[in-house]
Amino acid sequence: MEYFLQQLINGLTLGAIYGLIAIGYTMVYGIIRMINFAHGEIYMLGAFISLIAFLTATTIGGTSVALGLILALVSTMILTALWGWAVERVAYRPLRNAPKLAPLISAIGMSIVLQNFSQLSQGARVKPLPPLFKGGIEILRGDSFTVSLSYLQMVIIALTVLLMAVFTWVITRTSLGRAQRATEQDMKMAALLGVNTDRIISATFVMGATLAAVAGLMVTLYYGVIDFYIGFLAGIKAFTAAVLGGIGSLPGAMLGGLLIGLIEAFWSGYFSIEYKDVAAFSILVLVLLFRPTGLLGRPEVEKI
Amino acid sequence: MAAVNLPRALRDGVLGAVVAAALALPMLGFRLVDSSQALTLGFRFDWVLWAALVVGIGRFLLSLSRDALPGRLPALALPNWGERFPKARLYLGWGLAGFAIVLPFLPFADRSLVDKATLVLIYVMLGWGLNIVVGLAGLLDLGFVAFYAVGAYSYALLATKLDLSFWLCLPLAGLFAAGFGVALGFPVLRLRGDYLAIVTLGFGEIVRVILQNWQDFTNGPAGISAIPRPTLFGLTFTANAPAGKTTFADYFGLEFSGDHRVIFLYFIILALALFTNLFTLRIRRLPIGRAWEALREDEIACRSLGLNPTTIKLSAFATGAMFAGFAGSFFATRQGFISPESFTFIESAVILAIVVLGGMGSQIGVVLAALLLVGLPEWFRELQQYRMLAFGGAMVLIMLWKPSGLLSHRAPTIRLGKEKAA
Repeated sequence: MEYFLQQLINGLTLGAIYGLIAIGYTMVYGIIRMINFAHGEIYMLGAFISLIAFLTATTIGGTSVALGLILALVSTMILTALWGWAVERVAYRPLRNAPKLAPLISAIGMSIVLQNFSQLSQGARVKPLPPLFKGGIEILRGDSFTVSLSYLQMVIIALTVLLMAVFTWVITRTSLGRAQRATEQDMKMAALLGVNTDRIISATFVMGATLAAVAGLMVTLYYGVIDFYIGFLAGIKAFTAAVLGGIGSLPGAMLGGLLIGLIEAFWSGYFSIEYKDVAAFSILVLVLLFRPTGLLGRPEVEKI
Repeated sequence: MAAVNLPRALRDGVLGAVVAAALALPMLGFRLVDSSQALTLGFRFDWVLWAALVVGIGRFLLSLSRDALPGRLPALALPNWGERFPKARLYLGWGLAGFAIVLPFLPFADRSLVDKATLVLIYVMLGWGLNIVVGLAGLLDLGFVAFYAVGAYSYALLATKLDLSFWLCLPLAGLFAAGFGVALGFPVLRLRGDYLAIVTLGFGEIVRVILQNWQDFTNGPAGISAIPRPTLFGLTFTANAPAGKTTFADYFGLEFSGDHRVIFLYFIILALALFTNLFTLRIRRLPIGRAWEALREDEIACRSLGLNPTTIKLSAFATGAMFAGFAGSFFATRQGFISPESFTFIESAVILAIVVLGGMGSQIGVVLAALLLVGLPEWFRELQQYRMLAFGGAMVLIMLWKPSGLLSHRAPTIRLGKEKAA
């Protein structure tokens, strides 16, 4: 029971991170029907930038960890969002009306470029960061096992919930969100009605990249090591999460992220850590067998 | 010649420089130094300046050229040649095939060139195999490398554990891979478009993870080594014949040379690739090939005409997988060593890029794209580090330049006969 609870906490933390990345995939897919393969690399850049920003902040600003983190968080969000914007502007916008596979290949190319760019500029070795948040609270003390919830896990989960709330508010209540939803439903019609669709698509990429940046910062703190290759696996996991939840659906992305995180945590806790990726993908196939458009996805209506 | 809008170009250039500086600031301006005590920062802000300068000037020139050259980027006339000279493609195909056959005997063809050509041909063959799935049947497969891996491991295991010969294993490897194609195909047939893509991607990863972790069977990350080389009707290509065997050099009274084996391998893959091509060209004229193309164009119309999408998709998957299996077993025998490292997602991406860059469904396009993406980087091996960067960049640039592929001309496979004048 204690062990179960601990895995549940770990899974939720991991799931929150996946969920944040998955939102970037699902939003971009919803709006331009494209798998943004470079999104995982944006998250990787976010992790690197956050590490650099944090070190810079502590070098300049002194010893306060909390202040350093907040500075790092804000600057990472801005700089990573800029990367997200630039990738869209350079590699995807010119291909708006191209055949369907062209942006996909361009995205894969972009992902290779970004990965090698950070390998070349920051070196191939893993970058360790000593744990900043120590301690936590004990939730349950069992006979042989103590369930603990670290402060860092609390911060991650709380920050994710907060971001989700802000995000939902933006999508459902603001004019930007309205324009985004309109563009998603029918780009041509939205353009006719005076929505600057190019700008809305850019905004979508910026928002996705911002959330990925937060995920990157969280991972840097949570695992304490990052390298240039983390974007790939996290990217396909998050994409799996987005598909699992029903691609194009925001709550679906979060739900899918949580599910993937939980599956991984429980699988590595109870079965084998080597096959946790296999488990995640197998569950995906199983779910898609019964719900071909994901858990919360709308069924596609075919018009002839 | 349109008027050149200098102020706008300048503004674009300055903006580009500013954005580039902001992008480069964290990643280029700072460097994470991993010293023994802790992670520290190094600085190199001059790099940021350079990045800003290069991007700014580049953006400025691009903006100018947009004004100077009306319309889009200068388009290559390749597709038009095809329309102007309808036979050109046919001749080009035969010409390329002829050139490929005489290549090893040309004076400038040394061992390393033939070796590189072999590598390119592996990718040509994989591209042609995937072209059946993506180009003809229109199913997006991001895990094609899984079938390649199945082929490679089936040969490696059959040869090292059961001592079977390459020529016996080759069809078996194809069969196994096709079997995997069917096994993957079954659960995912209901899925469409991008859902299919992610499931195939997942399948590719599953296969790799299993290869990596099933120690007893696949020897895990250490891989399988000492995979036997193929023989030519029992003639081996070694310096000294094993017991009961004759070497190729002895049989034909030649002096032994390592080149023989390289050239032999080259011809095997050339034959396999040409077989793949011939197969594709012929099957497009059979009902099943036409059904694939019909399915790609319109699934609903297909169903209405009484075609069964399930069997059509399955057969496309299985056929593509079979060729990947052939290529995989060739890869295993050529390398003599395989490990899960060789079958990562990036391989699937490269093969897919070859198909898409070549122009989907175009056989010669695949050859061109393979030469460009696999052959060209081989010449720049010395630039190891920058090779992959340039590779990814090339993928993006080619797509921006020709979004529907290098040879995008898509001819209907079948035409109605000319209508007679009434």
